[in-house]
Amino acid sequence: MKWNGFLTASILAFTVAGAAWSEEEKVLYFYNWTDYYPPELLAKFEAETGIKVIQDGYDSNETLIAKLQAGGAAYDVIVPTDYVVAGMIKDGLLQPINATEMSNFQYVKEAFKDPEFDPGRVYTAPYTWGVTGIAYDSAQVTGGELEQSWGVFFEPPAELEGKIAALDIGSEMIQAAAIYLGLPQCTESNDDAAKIFALLEAQKPKLKMYSADSTVDRMASGEVAMHHLWSGATARAHEIKDTVRFIYPKEGTPMFRDNFAMPVGAPHPENAKTFINWMMAPENAAAVTNGIAYANSIESSEYLEDRWKNAESVNMPPEFADRLVPTDVCSPAAQELRDKIWTRLKG
Amino acid sequence: MSATSPFRRAGLVGPALLVVLILVGVPLGIMAWVSLLGRGATIGVDWQSAPSFANYTKLIWEEDFDGTLLFNPTYLSILWRSVWQAAATTVICVALGLPVALWMSSLSRGARDIAVLLITIPFWTNLLVRNYAWLIILREDGAVSKAANAVWPFGPVQLLYNDAAILIGLVYSFLPFMILPIYAGFEKFDWRLLEAAYDLGANRRRALTRVIVPLAMPGIIAGSMLVFIPSLGSFVTAAILGGGKSMMMGNLIQLQFGQSRNWPFGAAISVVLLALMMLVLMGIAIWKNRQERKT
Repeated sequence: MKWNGFLTASILAFTVAGAAWSEEEKVLYFYNWTDYYPPELLAKFEAETGIKVIQDGYDSNETLIAKLQAGGAAYDVIVPTDYVVAGMIKDGLLQPINATEMSNFQYVKEAFKDPEFDPGRVYTAPYTWGVTGIAYDSAQVTGGELEQSWGVFFEPPAELEGKIAALDIGSEMIQAAAIYLGLPQCTESNDDAAKIFALLEAQKPKLKMYSADSTVDRMASGEVAMHHLWSGATARAHEIKDTVRFIYPKEGTPMFRDNFAMPVGAPHPENAKTFINWMMAPENAAAVTNGIAYANSIESSEYLEDRWKNAESVNMPPEFADRLVPTDVCSPAAQELRDKIWTRLKG
Repeated sequence: MSATSPFRRAGLVGPALLVVLILVGVPLGIMAWVSLLGRGATIGVDWQSAPSFANYTKLIWEEDFDGTLLFNPTYLSILWRSVWQAAATTVICVALGLPVALWMSSLSRGARDIAVLLITIPFWTNLLVRNYAWLIILREDGAVSKAANAVWPFGPVQLLYNDAAILIGLVYSFLPFMILPIYAGFEKFDWRLLEAAYDLGANRRRALTRVIVPLAMPGIIAGSMLVFIPSLGSFVTAAILGGGKSMMMGNLIQLQFGQSRNWPFGAAISVVLLALMMLVLMGIAIWKNRQERKT
């Protein structure tokens, strides 16, 4: 109790001191996925606001959460994906930013204004979105075209065997396999798990590797002919090698929506809000898409470069909209089964 | 030396002991405690759960997909692969490191310093970057792969994304840890001992096995520990050069703390790995003790 009192007093003291300070230091700690923000846009933000951005990178939502939970990490803006947001709010890792009250919120696309993972956009603002599908090199395929199905990846034609890369991310692989087999993503049934495992095990010898790094290079250099891949990475590979194509699998195409959020304990909350609002300006949102080839969630098509407007993997053809499948949040029991499948696959 | 009072001794050793206790003992204790708990709902640890050995039994016994409890060889096979890879790495490092260290010690003083510098230069670059470099070197359309395929008569050779690639990466990464301790031993090597061996009628082979290797033994043991232990826990090489197809212990632990979000299980595997390494170290210590008593 005494300790608590001391803590409250010191927090109060700091708050008062902070208020007296009023002007925040012109710095922003930005914790983002690696290679997921165009560097020249950061320079523009720094020039326009005078806030210096220090960026740090992570490779998965789990890394992000682990770092926040461990404490001691002081970040102002983070980029969590849809399926982890609700849990992070529940665990008290995020603080409200009230994105709807920001001046640029008006430009947000209707579909992203009130998502199920953060009703009313209290804690998050939309960044980019994309899908996980299949990239392939049409030059290495007889006939130059493949069926729009997960089947070509999980049960590939003989000519592609040994030339396929899968994402080294258990959740992505198991989700795709479950969708292909028509099973629930977060199945808690042993029978379903056994089916998923059998599919993945039979696929393994036909794969060249599992990897989620340097995917663009791998696809563009022709090291593999097919890659379980994200839409944006495929678009960038297509820029380098124009025979690269993208498949939105008809059985269901997992979709991800990435968001800006502010963790509890952010040292520069005002700068964070400035940044998040700035990012919702159409011109800046478009610069993201132009730079990293992921579609953004802002009405910004007038600023998009033509090469991305015409790229199927960036600008999804509207008829594929009903193929999009959001990522479910798995129960601990379902997660346990996923771990079992993934560990056995690689054991 | 005059006899120091126990208090004085305690006072001198105390700070160091305290540091070790706080910085090593406490974290290890937390890890061991966490390994007995259940996983948190979203991530991390459920601190309220009742402690049990479930995470340890899970390593050997597992519920199958059909619900029956059965012996689960998955983790043991991962462990076996790690031990095998680490042992092979150590043996290859000795085979490559001993001649290099011997040659280095035969150089002139200035040349020796340059050689030591050259061996340590790779450490200036991050391990991850060096592993990526091997990815480029061994690539299918790379020069090494083409040369190997030109020489090798039995069908195409795949240099990447298999156990051999992991082994190459591990040997490359840890070879300096073998060369340097052996070289440190050889540095003060009295070459007259070798001459004496020849004078007494030893042939080259005998001189090597009876003089050089025994004298290099402390260095080889130190180097082996420095190579074996980090190889056992490595995960970057397996993920990058092995193509993520088969896990090592390091990858398994990383998976638990990352994607699987099962920290208690990760802690349990870490405890097991740690115990294993302790056993190896203790084995070496006992063996060394016996050797010394013999001589």
